[in-house]
Amino acid sequence: MKLDTSGFETSMPTIGFGSSNDMLDGFSTVPSFDLPRTTDFDGFQKEAVQMVKPAKGTTTLAFIFKEGVMVAADSRASMGGYISSQSVKKIIEINPYMLGTMAGGAADCQFWHRNLGIKCRLHELANKRRISVSGASKLLANMLYSYRGMGLSVGTMIAGWDETGPGLYYVDNEGGRLKGDRFSVGSGSPYAYGVLDSGYKFDMSVEEASELARRSIYHATFRDGASGGVASVYHVGPNGWTKLSGDDVGELHYHYYPVPPAIAEQVMEEAAAE
Amino acid sequence: MTKQHANWSPYDNNGGTCVAIAGSDYCVIAADTRMSTGYSILTRDYSKIHKLADKAVLSSSGFQADVKALQKVLTSRHLVYQHQHNKQMSCPAMAQLLSNTLYFKRFFPYYAFNVLGGLDENGKGCVFTYDAVGSYEKVGYSAQGSGSTLIMPFLDNQLKSPSPLLLPAQDAITPLSEPEAVDLVKTVFASATERDIYTGDKLEIMILKADGIKTEVMDLRKD
Repeated sequence: MKLDTSGFETSMPTIGFGSSNDMLDGFSTVPSFDLPRTTDFDGFQKEAVQMVKPAKGTTTLAFIFKEGVMVAADSRASMGGYISSQSVKKIIEINPYMLGTMAGGAADCQFWHRNLGIKCRLHELANKRRISVSGASKLLANMLYSYRGMGLSVGTMIAGWDETGPGLYYVDNEGGRLKGDRFSVGSGSPYAYGVLDSGYKFDMSVEEASELARRSIYHATFRDGASGGVASVYHVGPNGWTKLSGDDVGELHYHYYPVPPAIAEQVMEEAAAE
Repeated sequence: MTKQHANWSPYDNNGGTCVAIAGSDYCVIAADTRMSTGYSILTRDYSKIHKLADKAVLSSSGFQADVKALQKVLTSRHLVYQHQHNKQMSCPAMAQLLSNTLYFKRFFPYYAFNVLGGLDENGKGCVFTYDAVGSYEKVGYSAQGSGSTLIMPFLDNQLKSPSPLLLPAQDAITPLSEPEAVDLVKTVFASATERDIYTGDKLEIMILKADGIKTEVMDLRKD
């Protein structure tokens, strides 16, 4: 396979801004990026990343079960210690039957998932049938591999339902691609794994699975400072994905651990009865 | 032997703060007019707000040279769009264009922290907030720049709306009226000016409504 090295070229992008013809051409090939003219590329990227401080810290998870794929994520974005947003969409709708999760750099994930959606649509138009989850994840993994070492930060899961049934792949910025049944990605993933692994059964109903997913995200947000906001849960079935729930984790806490009614009065009453 | 490091950086931070608030039929975009470098003030009268389309106004803080270049790129792309489609770009369309423009310089970023405000296709106010490399989100209100950490918590307190991620989906638009929102913006900048050295001098407010754009200027502390 010829490696995609167009990202390293410093020539003006052929698509350019304002070029009217063949706008789509720019997306079927790799877009070429402006690169800084410096001798110390890595050092520069390190500083640029520091300056940009992309949103890291998150909890996302996905698992395959009898009824399809369950995908869940929190919604907090942090820049260093500052919470830049509590309402980030970390579950990205690539097309009506495929979802991607976002962990790592927010802009990197948003851009490459949008790019993947375009490629999937082009595949559909060119081949007159939907792309498989395996194919879509491979497109993304190969793209990320060609930018390996350049400082992209992407830890994503591609979940979908194709002709072979439910599919789940983990793809990261190193170009790694893993097929699996259960994944959790992000700073809160150890906590999510704890709850998810102990409660997982292949034979679960959609309700049980969505509750497990929601609880896993909740526990991760409880213990991980970089995760929080709203826990969203999606289900991918044979007819595509549906959003099952979106709950504020602050309120979810009192749902799982309701505050008992004031004990003080009870104690006083008992003393008086004696 | 220690590694030689560059003595020159292509970036500088000119400071300043930008705020935008979306309402049911209006959008308020505001920014201070101070441009600084280090501890010096370069000018007290620099506008950080730039009209891209009838229904889309961009306000950016950060490195103003990059901001100017970014504004030029977007304006020229908008002109091409107008020639090709015989109409102005809508605010959501401009929002995605800005995101892509920022990401295309992913490896040599525009040091610009942007807030895009405007009216969507239905005439409702919309605000989009960005990071330096193009990740964006539609929100009900946002603050970016040196005073953002002072302003955002206060706006959260006054305007906090239910998250768009909750099910059932709820609107992020504030129920405040336009004069109330303008008043809130003035209050917020006056407070930020007290505690942020890079914010002050004058406040420029642009109010976007279906019938046009109104601009207001208010004095802020000059120290």
